[in-house]
Amino acid sequence: MSATLVFMESADDELSQQAVTFAGQLGGEMSAVAIDAGEAYAPAAWAQTLVELAQERGATAVVGPGTDRGNEVLAHVAAKLDQPMSANCMNVTPGEPATVTRMRWGGSLLEEARVHGAPLLLTVAPHAVAATPAADVQVMAVSGSASDADRVVRVSETVPASTAGVSLADADVVVSGGRGVGSSEGFSVIEELAALLGGAVGCSRAVTSAGWRPHSDQVGQTGTKISPEIYIACGISGATQHMAGCKGAKRLLAINPDGEASIFASADYAVIGDLHEVVPAISAEIRKARGT
Amino acid sequence: MNILVCVKRVPLTGGKITLTEDEQAIQTRHLGFTVSPHEECAAEEAIRLVEAHGGESVVLTLGPAEAEEQLRDMMAIGIDRGIHLVTDGGEWDPQATAAAIVDAVRADGTQFDLLLFGNESADAGNYQVAVRVAYALGLPVVNGIKGISVDGAGLRCERERTSHPPGRDVYAVPMPAVVTVLEGINLPRYPSVPGRMRAKRKPLAAAEPARAQPRLEMVRLKLPASSSKQAEVLGHGADAAPRVVEILSEIGVM
Repeated sequence: MSATLVFMESADDELSQQAVTFAGQLGGEMSAVAIDAGEAYAPAAWAQTLVELAQERGATAVVGPGTDRGNEVLAHVAAKLDQPMSANCMNVTPGEPATVTRMRWGGSLLEEARVHGAPLLLTVAPHAVAATPAADVQVMAVSGSASDADRVVRVSETVPASTAGVSLADADVVVSGGRGVGSSEGFSVIEELAALLGGAVGCSRAVTSAGWRPHSDQVGQTGTKISPEIYIACGISGATQHMAGCKGAKRLLAINPDGEASIFASADYAVIGDLHEVVPAISAEIRKARGT
Repeated sequence: MNILVCVKRVPLTGGKITLTEDEQAIQTRHLGFTVSPHEECAAEEAIRLVEAHGGESVVLTLGPAEAEEQLRDMMAIGIDRGIHLVTDGGEWDPQATAAAIVDAVRADGTQFDLLLFGNESADAGNYQVAVRVAYALGLPVVNGIKGISVDGAGLRCERERTSHPPGRDVYAVPMPAVVTVLEGINLPRYPSVPGRMRAKRKPLAAAEPARAQPRLEMVRLKLPASSSKQAEVLGHGADAAPRVVEILSEIGVM
C-alpha cells in the first residue's frame, strides 16, 4: 500500500499546491503537512519532523515543492535517511525503481533517471502541473524530538527589504539590456522605457559580469525568474542561461541587430535593429501617443 | 581561517543545447568550459575571507582530467592550492559525489573552518551535495546565502526571502560549517596574467576515487518539447516604433 507525504510551505502557497497535484500521480493515500507559521525556519528540524511523520505513516514517498525551502528541506530528509533525492521533477512513474523526468540547466534540458531507494524523495519543478488547493492540510509544530544539532541553523532575524520601485519578479513589464547596450551609461534608454511603462529594468549575466548593473537586476538561471505580461529584451543574444529566467514571460519582444540571434526563436515579436535607435524611438512614440 | 571551496566544470552552453548521439551528455565539441556560476562566487568569497582573516583557501573538484583548467583558473584569482578528484568524465550522482568529497576532506587532514559550495550546480541542479557532505562530517549547513560576515567564532549569513514578507533571513552559524552561496554574493575578479603564472606553480593534489553505484541513475538526457516560435517581425530600426506601441496598447501595458 502506498502512502505519500507532501511537505507544503503553507496551505495557500501555489507551488506547494502544485506539489500536491503532482503527488496525485503516485496513487495511494496522501497527506499534506505544513509547519506552523509561528515556528522559526530551521531546515534540519523541519526535515526531522517530516522523517518522523513519514515513518509513523509508513510513507512510500515524500514530496515537496521545487522552491528554495522545498529543495532544502527534502535534501535534509534525504541526508538523514541516506536515500536518493530527485530535485525539480516534471514527471514520475512509481515502481522499483521509480523513474523520474527532472529539470537540468534551469529547465533548458531534461533528464530521465531511475531512483534506487525508498521512500521516494522528490521535489516538483515549478509550473510542471496546475495547482489544486489541498482539501486537508495538517499544520503542525516542529517535532519535540528534533535534536539541538537540528536547531543550530535557524532564522534568527529577518531584515525587511528596502522597497524601492517595482520588483523584477513581480513586474508586469520588464525591459532588459544585454551586452549590446555597451556600457553602464547605455542603460539610460532602457531605464527611460521601463519608467514610461511602469516596469522594471533587467539585464543579462554578461552585463552583471561586466559590472554595468547590480546582480539584483539579472534575469536568468542564476538570477531572477520573471513572469511579466511582456518582456522587452534589448541587445540580448538569448543564451540558455538567460532564457531559463524569462521563459515565464507571457510575451517576448526581442530587439537585436542580428536577425539570426537565437533569442528570436523564442520571441513573439521581433524588431531587427540597434537598440540605441529603436528603444528611444519607442519611448518617443509612447510620449506622442499620450500627448506628453 | 581555512576554507575549502568545491567547484564543478560545466560547458558554456550558448544559445542552443545539442546532445551527443547516445543522449548521455551535451555535445561539447565546439564549446568552452567554465566553473558553474554560484561556485565561482564561492571561490571569490573564500579568497576575500582569507584576505581579511588569514588562513588558507583550497579548491576541490570532482571531474575529468580537463577540469584541471578550472582548478588553475580559481588558483589564478587567488585560491592557494587545489585537490582534483579525477573521473573518467561520466556522470556521478549526488550521493557518490558527496562521499568522494568527504573522503578527500578526511584524507587532506586540514581542519577546515568553512566548506563553501554553490547552492546548486548549473548543469545537474541536484541541490543536495553540500547538505550530504555536512551530515557526513557532522557539521551545520546553511543554503542559498548572499552575504557572509565573520562574527566572533561564527558566521552571520544572509539569505534573500522568496516568500512573504520580502527581505533577508539571517542565520547565526557556528564554525566549522558548510555554506552554499548564490551568484550575486560578490562580483568575482578576473585572473591577471601574473595570477595565471603563479597558478601554474601552486600545489595540486590528485586522487582517483572509485565511483559507487548511482542511486539516482541518469538514463538519458532529452531536450524539452520545442516551443520554437515564428516571431512576428514588427519592423527594422526606429521605423518599427509605431507598431511596437500598437502591440503594447493591445496587451494593455500602456
